[in-house]
Order: sequence, then structure tokens, then C-alpha cells
Amino acid sequence: MRPLIIAAALAALAAPALADEPGPGGSKPPVARTGEEIYRTYCQACHMADAKGAVGAGTFPALASNPRLGTTGYAAYIIANGKGGMPWFKDMLSKEQAQALIGYLRTHFGNNYKDPVTAADVEAFGQRPTSRF
Amino acid sequence: MDTERRTPTRRQLLNAIGLMGGTAAVYQMMTTFGHAAETRFAGPPKLDGARKGSTVIVLGAGLAGMLAAYELEKAGYKVQILEFQNRPGGRNWSLYGGDKFTEMGGATQNVGFAKGNYLNPGPWRIPHHHRTLLHYCKAFGVALEPFIQFNHNAYVHNADAFGGQPQRFRSLAADFEGNIAELLGKAIDQKALDTRLTAEDTDRLKEALRSWGMLDKDMRYVKGLGSSSHRGFELAPGGGVNGAPKPSDLLPFDEVLKSGIAANMAFFMNDEFQTTMFQPVGGMGKIGEGFARQVGHLITYNAKVTKLFQDKSGVSVTYTDTAKGGTTTAKADFCVCTIPLTVLSQIETNLSEKKQAAIAAVPYSNGVKIGLEMRRRFWEEDQDIYGGHSFTSQEIGLISYPNNNFFQDGPAVLLGSFANGAGAYRLTGMTPEQRIEVALEQGSVFHPQQYRKEFMNGASVAWNRVPWVMGCCARWNEDTRREHYQTLVAVEDRIVLAGEHASYVGCWMEGSLLSSLDAITRLHQRALQA
Repeated sequence: MRPLIIAAALAALAAPALADEPGPGGSKPPVARTGEEIYRTYCQACHMADAKGAVGAGTFPALASNPRLGTTGYAAYIIANGKGGMPWFKDMLSKEQAQALIGYLRTHFGNNYKDPVTAADVEAFGQRPTSRF
Repeated sequence: MDTERRTPTRRQLLNAIGLMGGTAAVYQMMTTFGHAAETRFAGPPKLDGARKGSTVIVLGAGLAGMLAAYELEKAGYKVQILEFQNRPGGRNWSLYGGDKFTEMGGATQNVGFAKGNYLNPGPWRIPHHHRTLLHYCKAFGVALEPFIQFNHNAYVHNADAFGGQPQRFRSLAADFEGNIAELLGKAIDQKALDTRLTAEDTDRLKEALRSWGMLDKDMRYVKGLGSSSHRGFELAPGGGVNGAPKPSDLLPFDEVLKSGIAANMAFFMNDEFQTTMFQPVGGMGKIGEGFARQVGHLITYNAKVTKLFQDKSGVSVTYTDTAKGGTTTAKADFCVCTIPLTVLSQIETNLSEKKQAAIAAVPYSNGVKIGLEMRRRFWEEDQDIYGGHSFTSQEIGLISYPNNNFFQDGPAVLLGSFANGAGAYRLTGMTPEQRIEVALEQGSVFHPQQYRKEFMNGASVAWNRVPWVMGCCARWNEDTRREHYQTLVAVEDRIVLAGEHASYVGCWMEGSLLSSLDAITRLHQRALQA
């Protein structure tokens, strides 16, 4: 583990600032483990606590009663890679977190898809942070 | 005297080069002289000779849009600006007492700050080399004052070091540098650097290490008046009988390393974060107001753009009036579109597939700022902190102290959080009341005696929930830059995009202005060819 920690720290240090940002301290939330915790921590910021989305100059889509959650692959792809204004989360969520989150979304907020999210579905997650150039 | 007359002065030379090769050549030459190395701004554009009656519609009254309108009107175009909000400035914005802000999801905050106090939800500091912005601030009468970027006496807190006790920046930095100096000195003595350095070099380096790291005569970093003069004293030097200072204890080096202080020190070495920095007197929003004094007469507010189309004859923009209702289609010969990509990607256009793909390829970062109004300036009165930031590894990111009205009695607003990344998502997902509670709880780590006691009221802005931008700033990466950037910034027939998202100075006002100047210069050339 140790070399990995040092490597990660080096990568963080080497990244130049390319935006006005708080500083190097981080901005770390408590670690979210269950699907619900992960939803509250990362997703309801835009998709809202009731998963119904919101409207401003544009729209944050509803995840509640959303037939696109019918397949595990679609949710996994969008969360990993982002879409439009939504950033990619493949470097913010671990494979385990992605699996728990997608399972939670597919069985809550009026979605009722019981087939399990597999390890293969979330292969893309747990990546090292991407350069911001 | 003779020589002096024949050798041109630097200014004469620059003028001559300017006449021959234009501003780019001047810029390049200035760089050679060691000037201007940090900016791309070569002065306001000289756009003239617009065709009589040519019209431009500008979408968005943020800084990019207003600058485009200002320069294009000067060049002779007839300009109209459409703005979604009921105010100019875009992300250049300050919240004052009496302001009301409703975020996406519906939560409304009534800002309760005392007169003169404010929160800058977006931009809040200006690097000294952001010359475009500084130029137009001066030109439009926006007064600037120093922004205290670097304060040795503020704190650094890391939950994983010193049992969660914050330490003064200067103590951590001094102990880090002192220990590094001592270790390097040992490496020299053990001949570890001999392959890289000559004997003369190592002598010089040892002397440098001794003075830089405050080492003693034996090249050791120890408790004493030397180390204390960098890290702070146990008892500061005084006058009279008991005037002698007492040195302070050093912090354990393993904890200093755990605190991550090197990253904080490196942060201040980033060229965007080096002193001197500035802020407008009275709030960042004064810049937007200054621009609006020039082009306010051109702006239609509450205009929500729903369609953007172009054909051989011109551009047509359909918008609804969100205040009074009703739909209008405005026409112009050309269009400068500064609408954030989060929103533009959801607007119907007949731009090329490639352009639409570029617009949809750039996600936006998040960010949360929280202002806390305190009854008194306890950080100044009790802890000798005047401006600057105290950093924390908690999700609030930092707290930052006001840079103006030092020593004043009465309420002051400190920045209770500047969060981004993972922590900012969680804060954004909270209600405004929950955000204030987290800010108070986490910020108390720095000022446990006073923080909750002196708190009066607070306000927060979570950028993902700001209705007109739905995010903080465009977030490029190497792949999207390679695949989409040039497509995004290219003039497509009659339409050009501008804004921080169309720059390499992302998330800075300077980026939006440089993008705007570049975009209108190219659009003007295109218009002259028409």
C-alpha cells in the first residue's frame, strides 16, 4: 500500500492549478459506503434529494421512475464518463461504490429493477484522477 | 551622449517593432525583455471599419458577453445583449444584506448581512498578471484593493496530523524547511551529492541551507532563537526587565510531513496564486457593475434563449421573457454566444454536429462558498490574523478572513467554506441551513472559543444549483482539449462562442475576457469578408 499512497500524493502535488481552487487541503466528505450514502454525498447535489431533478436555464434529469435505469450498463456508462455538464465519476467513485450506487438507484425512487449489478458493469471505476488540461 | 542618441531606448524599439509587426511582435519582444511574460493581453483590440448597419447579438451579460458588446459597439456594430438573469455580471457576483437567492430545487435564502458586508460566491481574487481584467477595471472605474492571499499567521489543519490540532502556517513551514535543510546538509556531508556538485557548489549550498533553514553552527535544526524567528516564539521579544524572548518547541517532523504542509507551500507558488492579488472595493460584483455602466443600455434581462439558428442571411435567436411571458425571435448578422456549455448543450441549434459534440463534451466543476457573519473580528482581535486563509482537509476546504476594514468594530463576514470536488458535492446536496451548520462545526476547529458564539447569520452558494449556470466552470482534460477545443472556439459561419470555457485560463475572469477578445477579433475579420 505504501508506495501507492506516495505515488498518489506525488500525482496530487505535481498537478498545476488551472482554476481558482481552494488549495491543497482537499475538501473531503466522510467516506460514503452504502448506496444511499453515496447518493446523498454525490448525486443529490444535482438530481435532488427526491431524485426528481430540477429546472433552471437547463434541466437536471430525474432519476426517479427513469426507464433508462432498466439496464445496468447505461447507468454505469453515464456515471463513469459523464454527459453534457455532468462530470465523469470514474476517478471519484471506487468499483464497490459504483456497484452499491447503481443497485440503489435501480431499486429506489420508483425504480424497481432487481437484477444485480455485476463487477463487470463497474470495471471503469476506481481510476486515477485525470489531468485537467 | 553620442552613443545614447544612436542606441534606441527600449520604448523606441518597442514602438518601432509595433509599427512593423503589430501587437504580437511587441508582445514577443516584451517577453524577451522579461516583461509581460505572464499575460497574453496586448491592449484592447483595434476593431474598426464595421460595415454600416451590421448587427451582432450577444448571448449572456457576463464579463465575456459585456466585453464583446463594448468592443463591438466601439467598432461600429449595432449590438444587442440577451441575459437570462435580471442582473448583469454572470458569475462575477456579490451577495449583500437584503439580497434574495433561490437555487435549483427551490431553496430560497434571504441574505441578512449588515450594510457593507458581502459574500463573493464566485470569483474573489485577481492575480497581478491578469492584465486584461486589470486594464478594464481601470478603464471602467472599478477600484481595487489588496487581497491578502498569503498569511503566515493563519492555520493549517489536517485531520490526520497532530491529533487534529491546527498549526500556524509559519510553524509548519519553518519546521519543514529546517528539517529539509538539515537532512540535505547531512547528505552533503555523506558525499551523497558529490556526483552532481563541485566542492565549491556544496560549500555554497551548505551556506544557503544554513540561512534558509535557520540551522545552527553544526548544521542542525534545533529549538532556539534562530528557528523561532521563523516559526514563532514561545514568548515574543519584549521591552524592559523581562524583555528576553523564549524560543518555541519544534513540531515532530513525522507529524509535519503528515500535515501535508509542502502542498500548501507549493499552492502559493502557483503563478495564479502568488502575491500580489487584488479584489474590488465593495465586492467582486463591482466589476460586473462597472462593465454594465458601459453596455447596460444594450441588455435585455430575463431572456431565456430557447433556439439559436443561423442561415445565409443571418442569425435568429428565440427567447422567452421569464418575467412577463411571451416569446420573441431576435435577428442579427452575427452572434457571440457566451452561454455556459451546461446550458448551451440543452438549447436547440443548427450548429454543425461537430460543434454540438464539442459543446456537449465539456462537463462543469462544482464549488461551494459559504459566508458567515460574525459579531466581531475575533480572528484579528484574539489571534492576530488579518486576511488570508486557514486551510483544512475537511470538506469546507478553508476559511478565509476579510481583506478590508481591518480593526473595525461591528459585524464582519468571513468566508466559511470554499469547497470543491467530493466535499462540495455533499455540501451542495444539503439544505442551506445544513450547510451553515457544517461550516460552523468544521470551522470551529480553528476558532473553538469564538466561532459559534459570535455567529450571527450566513449564506451559501452551491454552484451546481445556480439556475443560470448549473455548475462552476468548464472542466477540460487532455482528451477533450485534443478532440474538441479547436472546434469549440472556431467561428462557425456567423456564430462564435466565448467565455472561460473557451480558454486555457479556465475558471478565471481573465480567461473569459481573453476568450472574448479573441472571439470578436476573429468574428470581425469574418464580418469584413462577408
